[in-house]
Amino acid sequence: MENTKVIVGLGSCGIAAGANKVYDKIAALKQADNLSFELKKTSCVGMCYREPLVEIQDDTGTYLYGEVDEDKIIEIIEKHINQHDPVKDFIVHTDLFKTIDNEYVDNQVKIALRNCGYIDPENIAEYEANHGYGAMFKIRDEKITQEQVIQNVLDSGLRGRGGGGFPTGMKWKFAYNSKSDEKYIICNADEGDPGAFMDRSLLEGDPHAVLEGMTIGAYAIGAHQGVIYCRAEYPLAIKRLQIAIDQAREKGYLGKNACGIEGFNFDMYIKEGAGAFVCGEETALMASIEGKRGMPRKRPPFPAVSGLWKKPTNINNVETWANIPWILLHGPEAYAQYGTEKSKGTKVFALAGKIKRSGLVEVPMGMTIRDVIFKLGGGIKDNKKFKAVQLGGPSGGCVPEYLADTIIDYDSVNATGAIMGSGGMVVMDESTCMVDVAKFFLDFTRKESCGKCTFCRIGTKRMLEILERITEGKGEEGDIERLEELAHQIKDSSLCGLGQTAPNPVLTTIKYFRHEYEAHIRDKKCPALVCKKLITYEVNPEKCTGCTVCAKNCPTNAISGERKEIHLIDKELCIQCGMCYTKCKFEAIKLS
Amino acid sequence: MRIARITRNAEAKDSDPIDLNLITPLINKYQGKKGAIIPLLQGCQEIYGFLPRPAMEKIAKDCAINLSDMFGVATFYAQFRLNPVGKHIVKVCHGTACHVQNANAITEALEESLGIADGETTEDRLFTLESVACLGCCSLAPVMMIGDETYGKLTGNQAVRIVKNIRIAEKQSN
Repeated sequence: MENTKVIVGLGSCGIAAGANKVYDKIAALKQADNLSFELKKTSCVGMCYREPLVEIQDDTGTYLYGEVDEDKIIEIIEKHINQHDPVKDFIVHTDLFKTIDNEYVDNQVKIALRNCGYIDPENIAEYEANHGYGAMFKIRDEKITQEQVIQNVLDSGLRGRGGGGFPTGMKWKFAYNSKSDEKYIICNADEGDPGAFMDRSLLEGDPHAVLEGMTIGAYAIGAHQGVIYCRAEYPLAIKRLQIAIDQAREKGYLGKNACGIEGFNFDMYIKEGAGAFVCGEETALMASIEGKRGMPRKRPPFPAVSGLWKKPTNINNVETWANIPWILLHGPEAYAQYGTEKSKGTKVFALAGKIKRSGLVEVPMGMTIRDVIFKLGGGIKDNKKFKAVQLGGPSGGCVPEYLADTIIDYDSVNATGAIMGSGGMVVMDESTCMVDVAKFFLDFTRKESCGKCTFCRIGTKRMLEILERITEGKGEEGDIERLEELAHQIKDSSLCGLGQTAPNPVLTTIKYFRHEYEAHIRDKKCPALVCKKLITYEVNPEKCTGCTVCAKNCPTNAISGERKEIHLIDKELCIQCGMCYTKCKFEAIKLS
Repeated sequence: MRIARITRNAEAKDSDPIDLNLITPLINKYQGKKGAIIPLLQGCQEIYGFLPRPAMEKIAKDCAINLSDMFGVATFYAQFRLNPVGKHIVKVCHGTACHVQNANAITEALEESLGIADGETTEDRLFTLESVACLGCCSLAPVMMIGDETYGKLTGNQAVRIVKNIRIAEKQSN
């Protein structure tokens, strides 16, 4: 039992699901019975749908237990640890035999997430034990030059994982070529895309990988200072980053002669964002670091020439940085073996929405969207019909079911009208209204527009008003065309990426789901039964028990009926508030 | 991240006395440093729970920053509040994953139960209801966060019960 390890996943979603309680319970059991296994912490394994997760490693193999609670853990400890009899019913993954979640794990290739869920992110020794800072030592020992590092990154074919897809090596080259006494390296960790949590999991699970990536970048372009711009909404990520920075400093990986490279002085600090989606845009992000309103500015000059504090600056996002040490260590060919001709390597996706297994996956580029959703994601929740998948968040678009065989690479995804984006993949089924989804994203970008460009500021508002009208049953002929016209004007006349891409969710839904818009406008119907004003409520006489709850809760007294008799909704009085539907315990309110 | 900002209460208690000495260490820390407005405001809000005007005036004077610049930054970012908020801020996630799993129903149920609209604070200053974009727990959608505690896979009724329990606990501790 001395070699047995019990590892609890303590990422944000694990903690939200109760992982801390499970950890405490294990600690209590261990102490009470004086058990000699080693109790450890790690972060998100990516199987968010099975949280809390507990892994047990012993002489026979590795066993991952899912949906563990305080009761289950007693049984697991008793049987697995004390009686050496793994509890098969609770095991979600193991190398030893086939389990329900094998497909989820086995179809992934983990490069950026190589350590997430395996090591204790608050312990630098565990990162070091897994080749941590090995890339920096290689640079030092083999005297790899700045140019060679950049060439390595160029050869790997790595493109910006924040969504833009610009070749990372090229960006570095520009910054390297800018001559200046001071240069900056920035990590963009302002993950504002609603429905995406790749960066959070990475920062929580393997902060040192990001630090090492940035240090390599700093060495390559000759930067002296690094800044991690992280959302304040991610307190755990910030805490673990700070611990990592302190540890790296103590070890001499940061600071004067960093990593033992003579003359390479590099340090970094964390800057907490204050909640503005537009700060994901690089010029806005730099303005925010400088303490100003986060408003984008015109490019050129590009940050590589004049960035933070007007000095040459290189910005990459979290996932990009996390890939760098691996590429340097294993060589660009190893990275480029994965992927397609123009999109190399792997991509991390946050699977969410109406999908059975929602969580974090890393797949090689070139896999089809359908495979990600069905092979890894296990298909659609409640076995409903797959309708569309949203890629790229507010800047992206909806890819319909019939295009699900599109492969994942920058160019193929762009061709559908969506974008690869940072990796949010929200799956939608037949009960999702596409007009409502378009409205949702536009409402988001309208509020997040910084207000600098007229078309972005006012155009999104006008588009939203039209969409609101449509979903309220007041749509008019010509609305679709008006939306398209506005969309193109906003795309053409906005300065930054936020405005240029804001109409994408509307344009793609019009392109692929025009019939839904038409149903709202012409027939005043919402086919997915989402838009409240277009739904009629009826009592299903077979299910109604006459409990009077709906009648009591109806704000307009539109429901009549005596106790124990079937109730009736007066359609004239009904304001479609949906109260009866929510309150009914017998599912006796029918929507149509 | 903002979806709906905390709206200005009709009678914001600007007159509530505040202790300006509390921010002296903060001012000492950032005085003369470049790019300090955001950390100053974050620190100030940490102390008072919002950004009281007298505190902003003091910071402006002591750090030689224009009050208008500070106000510009404070109103740009969703994180900053110019009005006092309730003891518990109920953050209902309206990220994409939560939205498609009916986060609106959570907000509506809480609005009804607390008797306030989104962005408002209850009269007893116990709760502020706020919509936020993505708490990053998409697999547990729909989600809300109160303090440091995240509650997942909610229904409207469950959300209401959680808030009611907090209110009961508050009453008992008084």
